[in-house]
Amino acid sequence: MSLAPPADLPPAPASQAGPARTGAPMPHIVAVTSGKGGVGKTFVAANLAAALARGGRRVLVLDADLGLANLDVVLNLFPKITLHDVFTGKHSLAEAILPAPGGFSVLLAGSGMVEYSRMTAEVREQLQALVAEVSPKFDHVLLDTGAGISDVVLYTVSLAAEVLVVATPEPTSLTDAYATIKVLATTQGRRRVHLLVNQVRKPGEARTVRAQLQQVVDRYVNPALEPGSGAVRLELVGEVPVDPAVREAVLRRQLLLEAMPGTAAAMAIVNAAARMPS
Amino acid sequence: MKSPPSPPLPGPLQLEQALQLLAQSGREPPAGVPGSATWVQGLIDALVELSSRDALTGLANRRAFEMALAREADRVARSGEPALLLVLDIDHFKRVNDTYGHAAGDEVIRAVALALLDSVRPMDLVARVGGEEFAIILPNCGSAFGQTVAERVRRRIESTPVQVSATLQVPVTASVGGAFAPQWVRCTPGLWLERADQQLYRAKAQGRNLVQLEPAAISVVTNEEKRLLFDTFPMTDHE
Repeated sequence: MSLAPPADLPPAPASQAGPARTGAPMPHIVAVTSGKGGVGKTFVAANLAAALARGGRRVLVLDADLGLANLDVVLNLFPKITLHDVFTGKHSLAEAILPAPGGFSVLLAGSGMVEYSRMTAEVREQLQALVAEVSPKFDHVLLDTGAGISDVVLYTVSLAAEVLVVATPEPTSLTDAYATIKVLATTQGRRRVHLLVNQVRKPGEARTVRAQLQQVVDRYVNPALEPGSGAVRLELVGEVPVDPAVREAVLRRQLLLEAMPGTAAAMAIVNAAARMPS
Repeated sequence: MKSPPSPPLPGPLQLEQALQLLAQSGREPPAGVPGSATWVQGLIDALVELSSRDALTGLANRRAFEMALAREADRVARSGEPALLLVLDIDHFKRVNDTYGHAAGDEVIRAVALALLDSVRPMDLVARVGGEEFAIILPNCGSAFGQTVAERVRRRIESTPVQVSATLQVPVTASVGGAFAPQWVRCTPGLWLERADQQLYRAKAQGRNLVQLEPAAISVVTNEEKRLLFDTFPMTDHE
């Protein structure tokens, strides 16, 4: 039984977004997600990529916020060829991988991706095949997911071996980060979650945030997991302080690491990059 | 109800068939003076009612179900209340039809419809959405109760053999699939139904006469969890 799709929607999606079926994701694929939007997820992903690239690694950032992508805006790129063209067979994958200012590569979704904002079986297969094809060519692959815990986000995260949750110390961000961790633990069996705390006002605040999240996870999430399946553990990758330079770089549409590499926030990102799973 | 002055009717209306349809379905003709606005309104209301019912069982039909599902998906996204969608399929229904004839088949459908109505709350919407397919929308049904209610529905059908003739009782079972609406995740009625359907396929594949519910993605953060998240944390610095 399936519903006749309403006139304003594309045909019904084939099925629920679950973990990718074939094979385990390669260890260097990291999904960057946040729960709440507006916490600097794309900013963090792009600058982490630049920091990793500076260390001589081959890095790809894949704009997986299908439908509402803005990595192109952060990087001030206007790509002629996007993921959409790869999905529709107009261009090859190699043609769509572009060099970004920070010395890393990007694969941008482009605005034509609105029609992919629902995770149909076709989109899932295409995305999975694409990630599998592109991953061996890089040392790090960052999947910049959309905000929220939609099917698309959950599916994208399922393509990654590791997940990095970006949060700020704000209560709303913490709540959404916690909800994300909970969903990933129960629906994808995630037991290790990396955490980066952005917009920190006091040095060391990220450790408090991590401890607080871990405490609630230990109290409410871990006891409910399947016995013997392990416990969810949060690993702090780093903290990025509130820094006027960040806003300035974003407004100038430049990478912080390129425009103002000596600032506190830029240095914090370089430190975090060294602790990234790989 | 106060009704605005009714405009003159646009020419003679052909209402004979509408009235016949109402009579055929066992409904009363509309109240009021024939041709008056009240009477026409009553007739339209009755036709609307009629067109949202399944003729055989009197349950909501597919059209009414789709409207209700869209409404509920929307409501859940706004209110954050949990809601469960169950889909059911009578096991080996074709066999009933082939063995005992279509009249017996109809009898089985009617009996299952009654069993369903009997095992859920008045606020739940029970619909016949296909030949031997049913669906139930259960608003405000928390994940802790989903399994219980779905099991109750399944057992109620299993424990009620259908009397298809004076001498013949047919045992009937159904497979049940279910999925909760994600509470603050974007959700379309199509996707919700798809998820419940997938669980129904699983129930069928695992041997029928079974309940399969999608494991709830627990994205809800309770007040207790929030308290623990914020209590000892110095949030004052962040206004």
